[in-house]
Amino acid sequence: MEINPMVILLASIFTNNMILSNFLGMCSFIAISSEIRTSLSLGQAVTFVLGCTTVLNYFIYHYILVPLGYEYLRYIVFIIVIAAFVQFIEMVIERYFEHLYYSLGIFLPLITVNCAILGVSLFMTIRSYNLAQSIAFGVGSGIGWTLAIVAMAGIRQKIKTDSLPKGLEGPGITLIITGIMALAFLGFSGIVQIQ
Amino acid sequence: MNEIKKLFSQGIWKDNPVFRQILGICSSLAVTNLLINSFVMGIGLCFVTGFSSFTVSVFRHHTPKHIRMMVQTLIISAYVIILDIFLKAYYPSMSKALGPYVGLIITNCIIMGRCEAFAQHNKPIISFFDGISMGLGYTVVLLFIAFFRELLGFGSLFGIQVLGENWVNWTLMIMPPGAFFMLAIVIWIAKNIFPTPEDTNEGGAKA
Repeated sequence: MEINPMVILLASIFTNNMILSNFLGMCSFIAISSEIRTSLSLGQAVTFVLGCTTVLNYFIYHYILVPLGYEYLRYIVFIIVIAAFVQFIEMVIERYFEHLYYSLGIFLPLITVNCAILGVSLFMTIRSYNLAQSIAFGVGSGIGWTLAIVAMAGIRQKIKTDSLPKGLEGPGITLIITGIMALAFLGFSGIVQIQ
Repeated sequence: MNEIKKLFSQGIWKDNPVFRQILGICSSLAVTNLLINSFVMGIGLCFVTGFSSFTVSVFRHHTPKHIRMMVQTLIISAYVIILDIFLKAYYPSMSKALGPYVGLIITNCIIMGRCEAFAQHNKPIISFFDGISMGLGYTVVLLFIAFFRELLGFGSLFGIQVLGENWVNWTLMIMPPGAFFMLAIVIWIAKNIFPTPEDTNEGGAKA
């Protein structure tokens, strides 16, 4: 399966958006999407971690697990790599980039349990991407995730003061807006399509 | 016995993980396009929550506090691998249909949440039933959503055509937007039937 990495990059941002078509990373999407500034920071952190862990997992999967015949251990290995990487980045940022730590650092522990990160690594192995495709897929998914959460935060800030039916406040209305956003993103599906 | 009964009523209705605690919705949206997918996913989740709660609870006095998250994650992944291998061996088509979402059970917040909130402080047997009841609550919501999505989207239930030839499929229901709308409606209904104490006090919802 040879798809141009650029196509994968575009597809993972628009047509195969992590949130809007694969439902990954919904938990933090609903919880953190009430302010544009915080959701942008979270999005950046997710993009960075996604890009790095996808590449790391690619090498570990293809150069360690496959030759040894331990493919079935990939869930455990991937989650450990992600947790260890996030921990490591947190320490580095705290030590050398103090101003970054306050805007980004608080979100890092949250990222370990973000299903988008593990999901991208799993999709990568299932669709058997090569290295360039994996990088494009990881970074693109991160950008797509950021795009969705920032757009959602913008909408939620606008409707913050509006009155809603009682049961719909909070998660309910967020899900409905997400549905409408997903509908809008369906309009992109003519551009590129990956499976 | 009474305690177990109470646990089940909590897991399935009063503290339902999906519409009450808004946990684990990633997978509840992704697999609900067909009833059979949701059914398998629900059973799988029951198995994993039950046994990982049990195991976490057995080791609760021997796990150092600061690495307990890592230990819990490892325990959960071990059960997910068992489930994945089982599905691959006996139901390969099912395993293909669910794709990465079997693996994503690891990051399903329901399991981690129950390990952290319940199994950490309770005896193994009770924790096991707590895990199972939470898994059942999740399954019930999944089946409810999948019932409408499959019925309206394909005109069938469990793959059997129930609506007549003249039925026009609502393709939207089986696409992602349909999932978001259905879950929103489920949460709305559930909140109207059972207002939580904080909702009735101040009318404020927490995000």
